[in-house]
Amino acid sequence: MKVLICISNVPDTTTKIRFNADNTAFDTAGIQWIINPWDELALTRALELKETTGDTIEKITVVAVGLKDAEPTLRKALAIGADDAVRIDAEPKDAFFVAEQLAQVAKDYDIILCGIEASDYNGSAVGGMLSEFLNIPSVSSVSKLNIENGDVKVNREIDGGSETLSTEVPFVAIVQKGIALEPRIPSMRGIMMARKKPLNVLPAVETEALTEFVSYELPPAKSACKIVDTENVKELVDLLHNEAKVI
Amino acid sequence: MSVLVYTENWDGKFKKLNFEQVSYASEIAKNINTSVVVVSIGNVEETELKKLGDYGAEKVISINEIKLNKLDNQAYTKVISQVAEKEKTTILVFANNYTGKAVAPRVSVKLKAGLVSGVTALPSNYEPFTVRKKVFTGKAFADVVIKSPVKGLTLAQNSFGLIETENKAQIEKFVPELSDEDFRTNVEDVKKITGKVLLNDAEIVVSGGRGMKGPENWGPLEELADVLGAAIACSRPVADEEWRPHEEHVGQTGKIIAPNLYFALGISGAIQHLGGVSSSKYIVAINKDNDAPIFEAADYGIIGDVHKILPELISAVKEMKAAEN
Repeated sequence: MKVLICISNVPDTTTKIRFNADNTAFDTAGIQWIINPWDELALTRALELKETTGDTIEKITVVAVGLKDAEPTLRKALAIGADDAVRIDAEPKDAFFVAEQLAQVAKDYDIILCGIEASDYNGSAVGGMLSEFLNIPSVSSVSKLNIENGDVKVNREIDGGSETLSTEVPFVAIVQKGIALEPRIPSMRGIMMARKKPLNVLPAVETEALTEFVSYELPPAKSACKIVDTENVKELVDLLHNEAKVI
Repeated sequence: MSVLVYTENWDGKFKKLNFEQVSYASEIAKNINTSVVVVSIGNVEETELKKLGDYGAEKVISINEIKLNKLDNQAYTKVISQVAEKEKTTILVFANNYTGKAVAPRVSVKLKAGLVSGVTALPSNYEPFTVRKKVFTGKAFADVVIKSPVKGLTLAQNSFGLIETENKAQIEKFVPELSDEDFRTNVEDVKKITGKVLLNDAEIVVSGGRGMKGPENWGPLEELADVLGAAIACSRPVADEEWRPHEEHVGQTGKIIAPNLYFALGISGAIQHLGGVSSSKYIVAINKDNDAPIFEAADYGIIGDVHKILPELISAVKEMKAAEN
């Protein structure tokens, strides 16, 4: 089986968010870019499966839609252990646009993994859209992925529990926390090898975005925290009951 | 034209989030002079379906097919899209929960509808159609224009109130066209958490961090949750150390929640944690470190040892509850 992991190139999650002067674009100056955390967990799980299921998985590919500046993030995925990488040469405009771009690569894979959302625009949409473009099954909020005797088993979280499912391949698994415990860190050897692994660049297909981010705003500053004395815990309950009226 | 809402049900019952969706859709429908149609999939009794009318649903389309008892993303997509086409829908409203996130993107491709997820307010403009959502995991807001004729939204939970209206709901049965080809996933086993308040539904959440010092210290935290009728959560290190199950992890890579009240107990408040809880209406922090960033996000705080404060807090809440009755 061939496994594809769709990767978003996102600002480090500790980034202090700033916008340009007229608040119409995200200010990327000085930003450290990383693999979207859920995509990184998906890659980790794919590598675990490749190592533990004999020769079931023949290849792990990572793909991203992005301009040249997304390549260090793909190289990092190669250093972590992906076999090859594809960059689709376009600015990722919106989920619909990105999913249609990814479809041209994903059609040749058996298991396609996408993170449940990207930590920048929090769209939660690309994986589902991609599966519909390919007209193949999708399972969302996947917290476990296993291959047993060539059959795919997944767990998905539902409101108030979890379900175990089997599915046909090809399919799209939209994964969340739990799929792998800790993301892998590239080793020195991995980083050296990543330089020699193929990173292919494909032209974008002609399509349009259906949505556009037009302006941004930072949330208003929060008023100061009211500190209650340790000796007077009862006062906290009074405040929550009488002032905030939430208990 | 219509505004179409997909309302999920839980064992035949709707939740507050469904009524939020319908209230939201009704306000949009008023603005564009059309009506709200709801599609419900599953075995839901007529009295329950009728409740959606209290929030402005004029037509409730009920689809009750055994094959659709378990969520199959492809089959649900086909069914909802059929209803949308039949009802000449121009705006679709989903919930921004697991099912909404699973189905809305597929429907949006099928109907070529631009999709915005996690919308927090009514459209600020209809020409062009502009909605607001949170981005960078709660660190900022963005205004997004949907350019396609058909538009898809998922509504962030607890961000829009309930608006009651005169009930004019008509219930209609619908049998969708489906073939076996449409079902390519198979649910083999279901595990339900029972007897606990669910994190996403909870009005109050009690959450513990590394300052709790170990899984053996969760007793008082659970007791506080119990007396408040709250759900239990934890920070990422706690889930990573396996002190608590990962389903309880709130934060950037865990669950994003928006309760009325959030207790952060022994949580320092790393930026990733705040991303998951900053939509809470009120935050209470208890931490022995007065420099902990959680105090910048909190409305109320106590600087001190959480292990000493918790028992006092529990008895104070009990006293208050007793005085109430």
